[in-house]
Amino acid sequence: MQLTLWTYEGPPHVGAMRIATAMKDVHYVLHAPQGDTYADLLFTMIERLPRRPPVTYTTFQARDLGGDTAELFKNAAREAYERFAPAAMMVGASCTAELIQDDPGGLCRALDLPIPVVALELPSYQRKENWGASETFYQMVRTLAGPAAAAAASRTRPERAPHQRPRCNILGPAALGFRHRDDLQEIRGLIAALGIDVHVVAPLGATPADLARLGEADFNVVLYPEIAALTAQWLTRTFGQPCTKTIPIGAAATRDFIAEVAQLAGIDAEAALAEAASRSTWYARSVDSTYLTGKRVFVFGDATHAVAAARVATQEFGFTVVGLGTYSREFAREVREAAKLYGVEPLITDDYLEIEAKVAELQPELVLGTQMERHIAKRLGLPCAVISAPVHVQDFPARHSPQMGFEGANVLFDTWVHPLMMGLEEHLIGMFRGDFEFHENAAPSHLGGSHAAAASAAVEPPAPSTIDAAPAADAGTVIVVAAWAAEAEQELRKIPFFVRGKARRNTERYALDRGMPLITLETLYDAKAHFSR
Amino acid sequence: MSPVIPIRATSDGCSDAPVLRERGQREVFCGLTGIIWLHRKMQDAFFLVVGSRTCAHLIQSAAGVMIFAEPRFATAIIDERDLAGLADANEELDRVVTQLLARRPEIRLLFLVGSCPSEVIKLDLSRAASRLSKTFSPSVRVLNYSGSGIETTFTQGEDACLAALVPGLPSPAADAPASLLVVGALADVVEDQFTRLFADMGLGPVRFFPPRRATELPAVGPQTRYLLAQPFLADTARALEARGAVRLAAPFPLGVEGTTQWLQAAASAFGVEAAAFERATASARARATGALARHRVQLDGKRIFFFPDSQLEVPIARFLARELGMALVEVGSPYLHRQHLAQELALLPAGTVLSEGQHVEHQLDRCRAARPDLVVCGLGLANPLEAEGLTTKWSIELVFTPIQGYDQAADLAELFTRPLLRRLKLVA
Repeated sequence: MQLTLWTYEGPPHVGAMRIATAMKDVHYVLHAPQGDTYADLLFTMIERLPRRPPVTYTTFQARDLGGDTAELFKNAAREAYERFAPAAMMVGASCTAELIQDDPGGLCRALDLPIPVVALELPSYQRKENWGASETFYQMVRTLAGPAAAAAASRTRPERAPHQRPRCNILGPAALGFRHRDDLQEIRGLIAALGIDVHVVAPLGATPADLARLGEADFNVVLYPEIAALTAQWLTRTFGQPCTKTIPIGAAATRDFIAEVAQLAGIDAEAALAEAASRSTWYARSVDSTYLTGKRVFVFGDATHAVAAARVATQEFGFTVVGLGTYSREFAREVREAAKLYGVEPLITDDYLEIEAKVAELQPELVLGTQMERHIAKRLGLPCAVISAPVHVQDFPARHSPQMGFEGANVLFDTWVHPLMMGLEEHLIGMFRGDFEFHENAAPSHLGGSHAAAASAAVEPPAPSTIDAAPAADAGTVIVVAAWAAEAEQELRKIPFFVRGKARRNTERYALDRGMPLITLETLYDAKAHFSR
Repeated sequence: MSPVIPIRATSDGCSDAPVLRERGQREVFCGLTGIIWLHRKMQDAFFLVVGSRTCAHLIQSAAGVMIFAEPRFATAIIDERDLAGLADANEELDRVVTQLLARRPEIRLLFLVGSCPSEVIKLDLSRAASRLSKTFSPSVRVLNYSGSGIETTFTQGEDACLAALVPGLPSPAADAPASLLVVGALADVVEDQFTRLFADMGLGPVRFFPPRRATELPAVGPQTRYLLAQPFLADTARALEARGAVRLAAPFPLGVEGTTQWLQAAASAFGVEAAAFERATASARARATGALARHRVQLDGKRIFFFPDSQLEVPIARFLARELGMALVEVGSPYLHRQHLAQELALLPAGTVLSEGQHVEHQLDRCRAARPDLVVCGLGLANPLEAEGLTTKWSIELVFTPIQGYDQAADLAELFTRPLLRRLKLVA
């Protein structure tokens, strides 16, 4: 058992729902107990879809368990087929139905429906939402594009005629994806500007017939590896389609992406790259942004967004990444490699408490994370911006807000800088303390005063977790953090709040390493000099 | 309208009315959802769901829009090792609870909340609860109830939670005077209003259940008379009666009429003089009646359709029909408790179509065919129906908003006028 305050991903059948809901003309029959229809709300409320997800639930109850739940499933599948007349159907079980082992796939074969039926095996007690989405997409594509594979295998891909524009598929955008809608629009624009046609976008908006045509494109653009990498690999093996590896988040990555796409399409991207420009690049270079230099950020999210955000944070905005992690175990390797670049310990976990302890220990000045890191940041009184799912309703905005492409880079600049205290205010608070209004523990004034009380109450990190993290030189000795002399404690308060936690930690570590029982004014400044080297 | 229910003219409302019972897909929440409001009501209680990732995902999807510094609920997610029997489930549970209580030392009451997976694999949470209670007593009590979807629907989670608390309630002294217990989680402001009304008519002592703090449990015994403030408390009522408490039959305190009769039931049982009752309630009653008049203009004659959700449907339909003049197209409820709803059913307009349980597709067909002016439904259906041009009122809000008592009668009405007004505004 795992104690979970918050979970980063839903169960795998929610991933399958994301594929079904993204697509057109498919229906998902889910063997699940009463109550699991809550997942409809994710789509109708959080993503605000104006239609019901194409999902039929068996919603069995306790009294059904004594009877024939298999019959219940067959009825639900038959009724769903008759009512919705989909072009393809997905069938599967939720976590509770997995325990009663009714075998939806087998039951559906017995129904002998005249459409392709994809039986999903999603192990709910081992795997999670993104895996479920990836597996579902893969099984759908295998089933629907599979028949075309035999034909493709028998011939080599014909050379493209000179007048023919290259064609690509865009893979990955799904329902309930963080900014998938706007990313897709942005990337479509980039690809069109290069003179490349988009053949099929999947799963978002694709029909089963569209999936059957995937093999006809020249190459694949993979926007979200968590959902589409598995499928893209299969398409490479089956149809010989290469796929993109670069994630176009950030201005620099977008330029790399354009170059990669142009290379796969066999066209020259010089012209496109020469014109390409992002406002974020200039904004980050303008003197107003100088104070952003070296701001210590903690980055957490799905692997794709976390790795991309770390690159943008360091190379484009001049932050320092002090922590990098992901909950996507399937992509741990990518995050480990990225962490090496920044010389930080990669944090591969889906344990909310572990991440919270790490943030408390690192005392960053900005947290870039998910909805869950907003809880952590609130508790610790740290500024925070959301870069990755899981997200809530406010991160499915009405306005165009991509993360990808050049406009995406602009959005990132505004979003990440917003929660930080603005430069002038930061200077003035460093110089003058005790202002009744702009006091040191108050939230940045451009964010309004309402957060002030909560922030000031929580500014100091929870003591136990910071002590735990101190290096244990000798396991035999008891580690005791040195006491603070009143005078030193007072001096500590003069350090601006967003770096105070770090200063406190450093000083305590300094004292600990030297076995000093009391931290004096001297120790504080000794430590400052020591760590500034 | 559905041809299944013959329309009969009877003098006693819907007391003997036939009920359309359907089976099929049920678009409802499970009982775990009750945690969302119960954790706010009892501030020193913690709710630990023992279930799957689905359960954890449900609760955070429902509550996650609020940013918590410290949530008072969590999930112990069962994993493969627990299922394969590789890990002793009880040891695992002990470990998780110890970890949790170390993090939250201020917790006084811990609920182990059962879910579909824990029920299907027959994890004995009640024994775990009594074992853990011994370990952590006296600082923490550990109780258990089931909020699983296979056994409970939405508000029934509160019922199961309160029923689990009843055996642990203290007993009053043998010579204690008769006391009144109001049962069902109410908004604090509503509780305070009722407390004042009862005090004004000289009725007391009055206690509320659940209490605001888990350490302030009311006593219950043969001298206890209890009033249900919510219609979904079947098991709690049974547990209270097992302790000797006696239910005062009344409609539920929604609207002026419902509130008056509800208060009257207590007043009669405690021998409050008619004059004292009148004195205590007259001004609030007049104020509420006046406030409702504004809403009646908007709602009179409008046709309303209820999808099943919380068991509040029947009392609210009664209020909307009798005090605001709405026409009831269909009143669906996940579960109709004939005995607790007897007074309500008698007040419902004769011939009202009642349905219990759900086949959501059939019910949607009936709803679309009827084209009601207002549809009360869950969030899974609300936006899709809006997109089809129907006006909806999402039903979960009825559980999260103070709606009981005189001073909330107009607020309750407003919940129904608001979507209609909004539609007019946005079209204009």
